Amino acid sequence: MIPAPFDYKRASSAAEAISLVSEYGEDAKFLAGGHSLLPLMKLRLAQPAVLIDIARIQDLSYIRDAGDHIAIGALTRHMDVEKSPILAEHAPLLSFAASHVGDPQVRHRGTIGGSIAHADSASDLPATTLALGATYVVQGPNGTREIAAADFYIGFLESALAPDEMLTEIRVPKMNGATWGFQKFNRRAQDWAIVGVAAWKRGTESGVGLVNMGSVPVLATSVAKAIAGGASISDAAKLAGAEAEPQSDLNASAQYRVHLAEVLVRRALESTSK
Amino acid sequence: MKVTITVNGTTHESDVEPRTLLVQYVRESLGLTGTNIGCDTSSCGACSLHLNGESVKSCTVLAVQADGGTVTTIEGLAKDGVMHPMQQAFMENHGLQCGYCTPGMVMAAIGLLNENPSPTEEQVRIGLEGNLCRCTGYHNIVKSVLACANNK
Repeated sequence: MIPAPFDYKRASSAAEAISLVSEYGEDAKFLAGGHSLLPLMKLRLAQPAVLIDIARIQDLSYIRDAGDHIAIGALTRHMDVEKSPILAEHAPLLSFAASHVGDPQVRHRGTIGGSIAHADSASDLPATTLALGATYVVQGPNGTREIAAADFYIGFLESALAPDEMLTEIRVPKMNGATWGFQKFNRRAQDWAIVGVAAWKRGTESGVGLVNMGSVPVLATSVAKAIAGGASISDAAKLAGAEAEPQSDLNASAQYRVHLAEVLVRRALESTSK
Repeated sequence: MKVTITVNGTTHESDVEPRTLLVQYVRESLGLTGTNIGCDTSSCGACSLHLNGESVKSCTVLAVQADGGTVTTIEGLAKDGVMHPMQQAFMENHGLQCGYCTPGMVMAAIGLLNENPSPTEEQVRIGLEGNLCRCTGYHNIVKSVLACANNK
């Protein structure tokens, strides 16, 4: 399968990318690693007239300690997130989740920014950064703005990004010794999660993100509220489905997904993944 | 669009349509048909080759994305008629049955050992999660990769 024809433009800076997307508007799509976009184009589920290749922008691939948070350039590949010593120390939940995206070949190409901008509720990193209380930095023709992960996902494959904006940085608060767990339930090694959970806990503070539990990645705020109120992990985990609106599909019914979420949230909060 | 891609040590300057997939480019423009197309949806790994030293699924990379890069395909492994140690290990351990997944398996396995020269059996199995063998010949594939790692 070959994508439908398109014009190919290459940007060497974020400013050039934004100027190009402003010129071509909604007919254009950014191409980073291409591991979400190209499959859609091959299946004709997406037919952009113009692809703006941003993968060669040198200064958008980095992982830096920025004091209270870690700053990650949007073009940082999953493999680099997985192997980052800075993230292993300060946000191990994120590097562990990145090591479960697709397979090694996919992680050599796919980027954290691409995964987040694609806004697929079945992807691991949107829900994981949501659980961690991340902030996304986006750049547009009039400068940059910050969007909280909790405000970013607004519908199926739909985010708060304007058509002429580009995600440039992901800011992940340091976990400061929190315990954490990442649970991905699937039937075959490289599959998408049927349900996934990214969770951390530090005393009575916690954050829980759910993968594939609705049209958007879900922040399970009822679980966090229950833990803040002194509930046990197993009692709090029973509220895992409170914010979710899961769909039934060939893999699982909505009811089974809620059951899975409750079990996986408990497991994720009880122990640190290895 | 004009691209310059070095494949198995030879630099090619080619004019490609932007929508040309890297796997199409190596198979159809360069005639290197050792790289197979399996699922064509980045699931099965049959099309795995190395781009700039790392394993990638070439059905999900555009040739224009590889512009300026270095590609190694299964044809580029043997030197002067001597097989790459991974190819030799697959032969000695019967690491293939029908052979369709084999080029991708070998390229993924070499990539795995480049990143982790002494993997455990579990690490080999996880490291090859992106490559499917429809003959289900995984046992001897894993054995081949471990044998190659141990022979180094």
